[in-house]
Amino acid sequence: MSSKDGYKLVQGNEACVEGALAAGMRFYAGYPITPSTEIAEISAQKLPQVGGKFIQMEDELASMAAIIGGSLTGLKSMTATSGPGFSLMQENIGYAAIAEIPCVVVNVQRGGPSTGMPTSPSQGDVMQAKWGTHGDHPAVALTPNSVQETYEYTIKAFDIAEKYRTPVVLLMDETVGHMREKLKVKSSSEIEAVNRKKPTCKPEEYKAYRPDEDMIPPFAPFGNGYRYHVTGLTHDETGFPTNSNIISGELVQRLVDKIEKNIDDITYYEEYKMDDADIVIIAFGGVSRATKSAIDHMRENNIKVGMFRPITIWPFLDKQINQIADKAKEIYVAEMNLGQYFLEVDRVAGKKCPVKKINKISGELITPEEITYAVTGGRL
Amino acid sequence: MGCTNCSDITKKYYRIERLPHIWCPGCGHGTLMNTVVRAIDKLGLNKDEVVVVSGIGCSSRAPGYLDFNTLHTTHGRALAFATGIKLANPKLHVIVIMGDGDSSAIGGNHLIHAARRNIDITTIVFNNNIYGMTGGQFSPTTPHGDFATTAPFGNIDKPFDLCNLAQGAGATFVGRGTAYHALLMQKLIEKGLQNKGFSFIEGLSLCPTYYGRKNKKGNALKMHEFLKDNCVDKRVVDKDPEKGKNKILIGEFYNNPKIEYTEGYQVIIDKFQKLGEM
Repeated sequence: MSSKDGYKLVQGNEACVEGALAAGMRFYAGYPITPSTEIAEISAQKLPQVGGKFIQMEDELASMAAIIGGSLTGLKSMTATSGPGFSLMQENIGYAAIAEIPCVVVNVQRGGPSTGMPTSPSQGDVMQAKWGTHGDHPAVALTPNSVQETYEYTIKAFDIAEKYRTPVVLLMDETVGHMREKLKVKSSSEIEAVNRKKPTCKPEEYKAYRPDEDMIPPFAPFGNGYRYHVTGLTHDETGFPTNSNIISGELVQRLVDKIEKNIDDITYYEEYKMDDADIVIIAFGGVSRATKSAIDHMRENNIKVGMFRPITIWPFLDKQINQIADKAKEIYVAEMNLGQYFLEVDRVAGKKCPVKKINKISGELITPEEITYAVTGGRL
Repeated sequence: MGCTNCSDITKKYYRIERLPHIWCPGCGHGTLMNTVVRAIDKLGLNKDEVVVVSGIGCSSRAPGYLDFNTLHTTHGRALAFATGIKLANPKLHVIVIMGDGDSSAIGGNHLIHAARRNIDITTIVFNNNIYGMTGGQFSPTTPHGDFATTAPFGNIDKPFDLCNLAQGAGATFVGRGTAYHALLMQKLIEKGLQNKGFSFIEGLSLCPTYYGRKNKKGNALKMHEFLKDNCVDKRVVDKDPEKGKNKILIGEFYNNPKIEYTEGYQVIIDKFQKLGEM
C-alpha cells in the first residue's frame, strides 16, 4: 500500500483521511454509511496512532454535534457521510455556521432521494451542500475529481474551515471515493497547515464574537481560561442571544460576507483546452474525467470544445462563469443529477449564450460518448 | 441591571449581568440550577475546567447564567455535543443540563448511547413534565391522563421513568432529587460529578404556568407541597416497601463505577500511538 518514495496506491476515501491527518485532523465522529464508510474505518485505525480521537456515534445528528464539540475544544474535527446522512447533519451544520465552529464534512454522494442507490455514484447533493440547512448562511464546498485531489482538497478544506471559522463540505462522488489511483503524499515540511487564530487579549476582555477587521473573531478553545457562551441563537459579540434586529442582520451578513468577500482566496478550478473553445462543458467530480475524454475526441475532429471544472463548487464562481459566457457560443453543464449546478450557470450565463444540460441519474457515470453525442447532436 | 445584594456564591459562579433570569415566577429551575452551582462549589472545581452544555427549552437557559465555558446547542443534541467536548479534552468536567423533552424525546437516542458508553458526563434533567417554552404541550414524562395543549382530552401516552431508562442503558450513577429536596439534589450532583463515568440525575421541577394550571395543581407553593408530601427516599422504601406505595422514589438509586469511555480510549492511544505506520 505504501512505499518509501511517498507514493501509495489508494482509494479516494483513503486519500481523504490521509489529507485530513496531514492537515492536522485529531477528532473524527461519524456514523457508517456507504459509500463513505472507509473514511470512518481508516480514521478509526489511524487517529489513535497520532494521539487523535475517533468515535462512532449513534447517528449522523450526533456525529455532526460531536465534531462541533471536538472543534470547540480545540481539535481539528471532521465527519464523513453520504446522501441521507448528510441530510441528517444539516441542522447542526447550520449551528456550526452561526456559532463559527471550524469543521470539515465529507459527503461522498450517492443516488437519491432518500436511501436511493447506496453503491452508485451521484452528484445529487449539489444544492443540499448550499441550502441544506435553514436560513441564510455561508456555504463552502470543494469537489475533487481524483485520488490525488481528494488528498489535496481535504487539506484545503481544513485550511478554509480554520481560517474562516466555518464548516466546509468536501463534496465527493462515489466514483472518486472508490477509485484507486496513485497518491503522492506530502512530507510534513511541505504542509503549512492553517490554524484558527487565537485571542491575544486577557480572558476578561475577550468578546468571543467580536470580529477583527477581516470579519473573523479570534477563537479560544473551551478549557483554556477564556470563559464564554456559545449558542445557535442569533447572538451579539459577547455570544449571548439578542433580539436586536440590527445586530441579527449584521451577524448573518458578516457570516456570509466573510466567505463571499474572500471568494478569490478559496476559488479553485481547472480549465482544459479552453483557450480557443467555442463550446464549453462545465463538469465537476467524476463526470469531469469523462468530459476530458470526450473533449479529446471532439478536438480530434476539429470541434473547438473545452472544459471548465469548478473545484470550489460553493460559493458559486460568478466571475469565472461570466467570463466564459462572454466568449462561448454554447455552454453545457454535465452532471449526475437533473440539473442542479446548471441552474446557477444558467443564472449567470443564460442571458449571454445558450446553456444546455447533460444529465444522468441512473447511478452510472455519464460516458464520454454520451457527452460527445449531446454536444455534436450525434454527428460523432 | 444585575444583582447588587447577592451572595458570594452568586457573585462567584453567576454571570451577574445576565440576571435576573427569565424563568416564570414559581418555576423550579432556578432552585435546581443553584444546586448545580453549589455542588461545583462544594467540590471546588476549577471554573475554567467546567463546561456546561444544554439543549433547547426552559431548562436549557441555565448555562447562559453560569460563568463557565457554556454551550447552548440544538434541541436534544446536548449530549452529542458534550461527548465531542469530553472526548476531545477529557480533563474538562462536562455537565449537561436538559429538560424532559430534550433528554428523552428528541434526545432519547443520545441519552441511551451516552449512558451505554459510560462517558464521564454528569447529566442533570430538569423535569417539569411539560414542554414549557413552547407553551404547554405534553412530554414523555407527562403523567398518563394529564392534560396539555396537545392532549386536550387527556394524555394517552405512558410516561418514561427517566432514571430507570438511564440505568438500563448503562449509566453508572443514577439518582433523583427535586426542586423541593434541594439539599438531596445537591448531594446527588456532587456524587455524580465525582463518579468517573456517565451520571444521570433527575431533578423534579415544577411548572405552575403550564402544567400546574392545566392540571389544577394549584400555585407553586402547592406544587412544592406536593413534592414534599409525595416523594419518599429510596432508603426508607428499602426498609419498608409499604412506605413507597403510590409515592415518587427519590434518592441515590445506583452507584456502580465501571471503565469510563475516554479512559478506555486513552488505553488504545497509549498502546498504538506511533506503533503503526502513518
